[in-house]
Amino acid sequence: MPQYVAFIYSADVDWSQPDEGQQAMMAEYGAFGEAAAAVIRGGAVLYPTATATTVRVSGGKGGDVLTTDGPYAETKEVLTGFYILECADLDEAVATAAGIPGAWSGAVEVRPVIPRM
Amino acid sequence: MPSGSAPPVDAAERVVRAEYPRILATLIRVTGDVDTAQDAVQEAVLRALQTWPRDGVPDEPRAWLTVVARRCAIDGIRRDAARDRKEGEAMWLLDDEPPPPPDSVVRDDLLRLVFTCCHPTLSMDAQVALSLRTLGGLSTTEVARALLVPEATMAKRLTRAKQKIRQAGIPYRVPPDDELPRRLAGVLSTVYLMFNEGYAAGSGDDVLRPQLVDEALRLGELLYDLMPDEASVTGLLALMLLHDSRRDTRAHDDGSVVLLADQDRARWNAEEIRRGVELVGEALRRTPNEPDPYAVQAAIAACHALAPTYGDTDWSAIISWYDVLLTVQGTPVARLARAAAVAERDGAEAGLMCMDGIHGLDDYPWFHASKAELLTRLGRPDDAADAAERAASLGLNASHLRYITRSR
Repeated sequence: MPQYVAFIYSADVDWSQPDEGQQAMMAEYGAFGEAAAAVIRGGAVLYPTATATTVRVSGGKGGDVLTTDGPYAETKEVLTGFYILECADLDEAVATAAGIPGAWSGAVEVRPVIPRM
Repeated sequence: MPSGSAPPVDAAERVVRAEYPRILATLIRVTGDVDTAQDAVQEAVLRALQTWPRDGVPDEPRAWLTVVARRCAIDGIRRDAARDRKEGEAMWLLDDEPPPPPDSVVRDDLLRLVFTCCHPTLSMDAQVALSLRTLGGLSTTEVARALLVPEATMAKRLTRAKQKIRQAGIPYRVPPDDELPRRLAGVLSTVYLMFNEGYAAGSGDDVLRPQLVDEALRLGELLYDLMPDEASVTGLLALMLLHDSRRDTRAHDDGSVVLLADQDRARWNAEEIRRGVELVGEALRRTPNEPDPYAVQAAIAACHALAPTYGDTDWSAIISWYDVLLTVQGTPVARLARAAAVAERDGAEAGLMCMDGIHGLDDYPWFHASKAELLTRLGRPDDAADAAERAASLGLNASHLRYITRSR
């Protein structure tokens, strides 16, 4: 069965120290995790973008390592986590993604995974 | 046997054209891949066009084409398999030649193809292009020309769409019952967009792009054939037929617009009107409690189509139908059309008052064009010019504007 990654783009919050509203959201994530347990194959919750480091190597392989503080792109909604889903087809993946709380206020990008050769 | 007295080449082409989407749909199911199926059907079509004009169209052209396309697909897959040394994969296709699929299976194949081409995870542009290519059987060059897009761009768009279907796993199936109404609405809006693109070309000087209109009508007929019990399918076909009945009278020889009031009604297509009116009735009877928006719009078009002269138009009936439409589809554009009907019944001042009460159309060129027309009628040329300028800046078709800015 094809696998999909569901990238969650939402407000840049610190899920390690959730406030009251975010705790309610975490409960929703818990409920989603249970409801979609059959198709979830993995995933992660990320620290906020304040902790992000963007790495580039100037001049290609072996060149100088340049790091910048912050995420790759400065946007209102940021990558805050992802799930790996195993679904029958895109319809099922989209229906599952619609249950991710991040999709209710932000957005979830669903991308098919290239199967291992 | 060549049918009727049509030249054999034309007869062969017509049959091939009519059968194309069904054969393609079956081949996609059999091969599981749009590109493989397209290549195979293309080859079968070429062979038909070579042999039929000489030998006559076979009694069962669909079966003939399906068998040939299937053989071509098998040959193609064998070639690829030999090249890739993946012999095993093609084996399932090489069973004994099955009998051609019965009509019910072909119908399901075609429905699946319709819903795949119009899948909501594809962009609207991609849906229209794919529908023209696969359901309409147009070549990439023809699709590009119909949509006024460079051929290379169109080729890329089609490739990307087919790639997404394959790689993202867009299912090749008819949606389950609980999703069907929403998905069907998506299919219909794709077809209607195609029709409107052709019927009221939004840009440039062409009033009409007949090929797009023809393709949309053909798709409408196909959907009606597949889903005769769906009020929205019937309603959309009726609406398109009734609009199209005026096709030949909508433009002057120089391409400029002829408004409804000035069209030569004797040249309206009586057969399309008859059929459209019949289908409106059918669609409205199917859902008496919550009428389908396409059917209601078709009812409005029918009021126009049945009026012997512009002066005889039953504007009260039209306004009533707009009131019905607003209960099921309360869009600002529908309000604008109602206001234009009010202007015809109660005068330009009344129409303009209705228009002034509509919000959300500031970026809609027709809103300003309609105002410009009423302002011209009220003898306010400066205000009319401002409104026309606004419509032009929003990209309204040049020949429409020439008409509006001309005082009567």
